[in-house]
Amino acid sequence: MPAVREETMDVRSDEDVMRVRQVTRQWAIDLGFSLIDQTKIVTAASELARNALIYGGGGITRFEALHEGARRGLRLTFEDKGPGIADVAQAMRDGFTSGSGLGLGLGGARRLSNEFDIVSAPGQGTTVRIARWK
Amino acid sequence: MRDGKPPAERIPILKMGEFLLVTIQVEMHDRLVMGLQDELTQQIVQHRARGVLIDISALEIVDSFIGRALGNIAKMARVLDAETVVVGMQPAVAITLVELGLNLEGVRTALNAEKGMALMRRGFDAR
Repeated sequence: MPAVREETMDVRSDEDVMRVRQVTRQWAIDLGFSLIDQTKIVTAASELARNALIYGGGGITRFEALHEGARRGLRLTFEDKGPGIADVAQAMRDGFTSGSGLGLGLGGARRLSNEFDIVSAPGQGTTVRIARWK
Repeated sequence: MRDGKPPAERIPILKMGEFLLVTIQVEMHDRLVMGLQDELTQQIVQHRARGVLIDISALEIVDSFIGRALGNIAKMARVLDAETVVVGMQPAVAITLVELGLNLEGVRTALNAEKGMALMRRGFDAR
C-alpha cells in the first residue's frame, strides 16, 4: 500500500529514541488517533527504537502515513545493520533478552500494534515493521 | 516539540521531612532514567528517608525501560528501609502498560500525590 507521507530518522542515541517517540506522537495526532492509540504506538515505537539502538548498534526509523479508503494508519519501520537475531521466535518471547533490555520489547510492541513483522538473520541486521490503524 | 529545549540532565529530588518527592515533568531518555535511579538511592541513604513518592502524571508513556527502572527504585528503596509509591499514572498509560505486559511488581501506586502522601504518612501498612 503506498504511503501518502513519509519521513526517515536516524536512531543513534538515547535522545534519538526520545525523538522517535515525539515524532510518532505527532504523526499519530495528525492522523487523528485517540489518546489511547497514540500512547500504544508511541510505546511500541520506544521499545523498537531502543532495540535498534542497543542490539543493532543504531539504525533508522521510517514513518509512513497510510490511507486505505477511509481508514487511516501509521506504519513504522525500524531497521538496523547489527548482528541480527538467530532465533526470532525465541526473541519474541517475553523475558528473553540478550542485552540490557527487559525482553518485553518485541512481544510488547507486537501486542501494541495491529500489524507486526520482523525480518532478521545473523549478520543481516534486523527490520521490524509495525502498523496501527485508527 | 521537535525543536524544543534540550532535555534536562537530571530530575530534581525534593526532601520533605522523612520523605523524598520526585515530580517527573520532562520526557525522559534512558540515561536520565538511570541517573534518577542512582541519585534517589544515594539520597535515601543521605537523608535516611522512609518514603519516596514519584509523581508520573506528566509522563505520556511508560515503556519497559521506565517501568523496570520504577521497579528497581522500589526494590532498592526497600533494601534501604524505605517504601516507594508511584502516583498519577495517566489512564492511557495504565492501559498500555498492561498490554505491554508490564506489571510493575512490587511498586505501590496511588491515584494522585495527595493519596500517595497519605499512604506514606500511614507508614504504608494498611491497603
